[in-house]
Formats: sequence, structure tokens, C-alpha cells
Amino acid sequence: MTQAHKTHEPTLAETLHKATGTNVVECYQCGKCTAGCPMVRYMDLAPSQVMRLAQIGDAAALERLLASTAIWSCAGCLTCTQRCPQKQDPAAIMDALREMSYRRGRVSAKQKKVLAFHRAFLKMVEHTGRMSEVPLTGLYKMTSGDLFSDVTLAPAMLLRGKLPMLPRTIRHRKEMRRLFAACRRKGDR
Amino acid sequence: MTLIGYYPGCSLHGTGRELDQSIRALAEVAGVELREIEDWNCCGATAAHCLSHDLAVALPYRSLALAEAQGLKEVLAPCAACFSRLKGTAVRLERNAELVARMKELTGHEFHGGVTLLNIVEYINRLLAAGLKEKLTTPLTGLKVAPYYGCLLARGEDVIADNAEHPTGMEAAIRAAGAEPVEWNFAVECCGGGFSMSKTEAVVELSHAILADAEAAGAQVIVAGCPMCHSNLDMRQQTINAAGLGRHDLPILYLSELVGLAAGLDPKRLGLDRHFVDAMRVAPGRA
Repeated sequence: MTQAHKTHEPTLAETLHKATGTNVVECYQCGKCTAGCPMVRYMDLAPSQVMRLAQIGDAAALERLLASTAIWSCAGCLTCTQRCPQKQDPAAIMDALREMSYRRGRVSAKQKKVLAFHRAFLKMVEHTGRMSEVPLTGLYKMTSGDLFSDVTLAPAMLLRGKLPMLPRTIRHRKEMRRLFAACRRKGDR
Repeated sequence: MTLIGYYPGCSLHGTGRELDQSIRALAEVAGVELREIEDWNCCGATAAHCLSHDLAVALPYRSLALAEAQGLKEVLAPCAACFSRLKGTAVRLERNAELVARMKELTGHEFHGGVTLLNIVEYINRLLAAGLKEKLTTPLTGLKVAPYYGCLLARGEDVIADNAEHPTGMEAAIRAAGAEPVEWNFAVECCGGGFSMSKTEAVVELSHAILADAEAAGAQVIVAGCPMCHSNLDMRQQTINAAGLGRHDLPILYLSELVGLAAGLDPKRLGLDRHFVDAMRVAPGRA
């Protein structure tokens, strides 16, 4: 390898390769990921288009990806990854792009609810070590503005003993907070 | 007595209570001791792998390390999502010494890879082979069951041992219970999973398609192995009907509940009274 190769800014494909082990350059656009995707009808870019833009990887392509609704509509069902004839992992590419989009503040405004849910979930885990339905739903509703959905389900859940009111916690909660802080620091490098 | 480590996961103490009840009841019948990992934490579920790769590995890593330190060589994770996160992490660590070192630094715990993970299908088939089968004295003769694997009991390379497009582990357990698995098209389709609250409309449409196909195949019950799938198909069934998509009335049982019924266990002990769509009618002698 020449010196020039060693020092160039990593391309998007290289960054994704390092993060996921998948080299998007190997995708030959057969479209099988898109054909099997249960969420594609809720996406602005089909999974195979996400792969194509990741191959192109210039500033415009990256912006299109990070601001897309597609990356936040992926359910992580792994159908694409399972069926890819090139043994690519589009689901992992979606994860890596979501993380990038979140860290760079590029999350599509239309996906506010999805992000609010993930953040509320992690906030719970950071402070208690576990997920508890009541505080999670409360936090989600406050931060997403999605106030009135499912309020009719709560009494029926209570009746069935499915909504314990007290948050469940682990003993070593400090350890959780340290772990979250350490992961945030790593990500900021 | 056989000892199996137990990672219930958060849902099994709340929305998925009947999964916990029926898993424990089966262990008792089979003479297996389930020992909960002391101070286990949430696996991070979808939220962690969407927002932070490090967190998505570090959270399961801590629980695996605790299990190993507590001498648990095998760990059952009945929730399909927890299982996928835990085993996915174990597999990645096995292949990547650098990742192991990083996780040790992040969590302060050591892990040497000495924990084997079991999902609900593997657990039940294991109990069946070890003598539970002979104890299933109340066969569910004639009951037509749609085995629903969803995503995370079918997919994940080196995570799921069964065939990804045509798995058969659930069918074996359904037959052992004396019931009849139906052939259908949605056994490994996605229900929308964790979007239950944040993209309810997608969950409603996807879950409706699953219910409709099971009905078309003549199923009287769907059997699931994931608390997310269960709440989308059971708790949301009235939402689906209210959206004008159908008039579904299909009980959704956990695989452990179905096998528990065949073992002659009280349906309330298995948690069948906690369902939204009446499941008590599936119990023998109640139809």
C-alpha cells in the first residue's frame, strides 16, 4: 500500500465496513433485501437503495441516508441479512447509519416518535438497569408528544397483572450509569 | 437435578408474565432447576442497537459475565429478542478478541465465553427429550396450531440452529403436545416488533396479515415465543379489529403454555387468564 492510500479520509463504505464487517461495495443490487422487507412500504428509500447510496458515499448520498425515514423504519427483522446472496448484512448497515444519524443530529423530524421511544427506553435502563412498562410509557409520552394513544389499554393491562406500577431495578445501578457514560465517551472519540 | 441458568428479561416481569409462569411450571414438571442470574440487566433490546453499537454489546456482555461468574454454564432466555441479543453478543465475542478486551474495559467484568444459551424452542425440546414427553398425559388432540417463529426465533446466523426459512423446532413440540401444526405462509414473517408504540399503524397492518393467514390455514391457535410478538398479536388484536381490518378472534399462546396444557397443568397457573383474547377456551375440556 502506498502512503497516499494510508492517509486518505475513510470513505463511507470503509467506515461502514469497520463498524459492521459488511463491505457494501460487494452489493450487486439484486434487490432481494427490498423484496423481502416487511417495512419497505413505510420507507422513503428501499433497503437496496440504502445499499446503493452507501456505495456512492459522497456528501449528498450520506446526507440523504442520514436524514432518511428508511433507517428509522427498519424493524431489525434480519430478513435482508438472511437472504442476501452476497452475505451482506444490510440490517447492520441500518444500525450503523442510525447511530451516525443520531450522533450527528440528522434524524428526520418525521421519525421523532421512534427516536423518543428508543431514548426513553435507554434512559430507563441507564437509571434502573431494566425496562419497566409504566415509567417507560410515561417518559415516552412526555418526550414524543404522543399523549393519548393506547390510554384505553392501560386499565385492561392492570386488570391482567401486566402493569406493575413500581419500576424494576437492579442492585448495581451505579455500574449501569458508569457503563452508559463510558459508551458515550467512546462514541465521541 | 439438572440446573439451567435463567435470564427472564424485563418483559417477563410485566407484559410477558404468563411466559415466565409457564416456563417455570414446565421446569417443575420436568424436574429442572431454573436459577435466575443474580442482578442481570436489560439486554438493551432494539433501542440499544439502534443508537449505540457499544451499548448493544456491553449490556448483554454484563449479564453473560455475571452468569459465568455465578457458575451457570447454560442460560435459558425465553424472550426471543433477549435471546437474540445475548447469543448474538456471545457469538461476536467468540470471534473478536479485540471486542472482548474493549468490553472488559467498558464493563469492568471478565467473560471467557463459558456460557451456552438456550431459546424457548430449544429449552422445551430439551425437556421433552429428557422425560417431559412421557408426562404429557393430556394430549390436545385435534387442536390446529400455527407455529409462529417471527424474526428472532428463525433468523440470525450462528444464533439460530433451526432452518431460517423453514424452521421445525416448534412443530416438534406441538406434535408432542398431541396437537396438529398447520402449514401456513407467515411462520417467519415480522409482526413489527418494537414499533408497537412508536409506529402502531405498521404493527397493526403486519400483525393483521399474520392473523389472517393463520385463520385461512385453519388454525385455532397461534403459538409464539416472544413477548413482543405476543403483545402485538394478542393485546393489539382488538386494535386491529377496530381499525376495520378484520374480525379476528384467535387465541395466541406461548409454546410453553401449550405444552403446559398437555402436561395437565391448571391453565391459570400457566397464565392463560392473563390474555386479551380469551385463551382459557384452549384448555382441554373447556372448548
